[in-house]
Amino acid sequence: MKAFIVTTIDAYLIYLVLTAGSGNFLYFWSPAEMIMGVFLAIIVGAVSRNYLCRSRNYRMLNPVRWFKFLVYGFGPFFEAMAKANVDVAYRVITGKIRPGIVKINPELKTDFGLTFLANSITLTPGTLSVDVDEKRNYLFVHWINVKKGEEKKEFADYRYVCGTFPIWARRIAE
Amino acid sequence: MWTQYLIWIFLGIGLTFNGLGAIGLLRFPDVYTRLHAATKATTFGSIFTSLAVVTFAFTQLYLNGKMANLQLGLHTIVAIASLLLTNPVGAHAIARAAHRSGVKPEKAVVDKLAEVKK
Repeated sequence: MKAFIVTTIDAYLIYLVLTAGSGNFLYFWSPAEMIMGVFLAIIVGAVSRNYLCRSRNYRMLNPVRWFKFLVYGFGPFFEAMAKANVDVAYRVITGKIRPGIVKINPELKTDFGLTFLANSITLTPGTLSVDVDEKRNYLFVHWINVKKGEEKKEFADYRYVCGTFPIWARRIAE
Repeated sequence: MWTQYLIWIFLGIGLTFNGLGAIGLLRFPDVYTRLHAATKATTFGSIFTSLAVVTFAFTQLYLNGKMANLQLGLHTIVAIASLLLTNPVGAHAIARAAHRSGVKPEKAVVDKLAEVKK
């Protein structure tokens, strides 16, 4: 039931964002859109409740985690992404690459935390998560410029691969 | 309005990175390094071109107050969010499929994943 309510409210909020500007009720919406949105959100919630909240763990409802997520998205993540883009642009022009697939141990326990970290790694140019060891939560990362010496170790140091991302993933998602 | 300069800056950054992504697709040797150029640099570029659209929409909303501009801005913000959610998943799926079907990374100094599969 909780999963159904959460999914319905999420769907309704997205519907409201998409239909903002359709009328004058509460400044932005027309009443017909708002009522129609309720019915559509209930249908969506009934159909997809088992997909959004598959693990039946509702820790992400905590607004503190969302606040941390916003801080992370606009702060360290955006900075790392901009830096890495300039770095990859440099490699595109000069062709200096040293690619390799390294293994990292981010020490995360939950699936959501690992997904979060893998998506962050993939969105940052220069690193691309290729595969995951689901039993031990290791990530295999294709790294476009392997730091000298890191290829000999069993686990590459994640501070060189993805900076502070695992720490933030632990704060936000676990 | 002063925001038109902001729009030009956003468009410039976005087109630069999208262009570099296209060049990287031609220059890099194998599928993994090409994925770096083709998915990441273009995501960054597309975020900035979309931000230019958002800036334009809200400037027009401020100037003439038409609700269609609000819709344009909000829809583009939703598009940026979906881009950030779907792009890494697609890149990851392509890379994993390539490695599973036996494409080895060229010029690689290390391949821990192939060592695991043995």
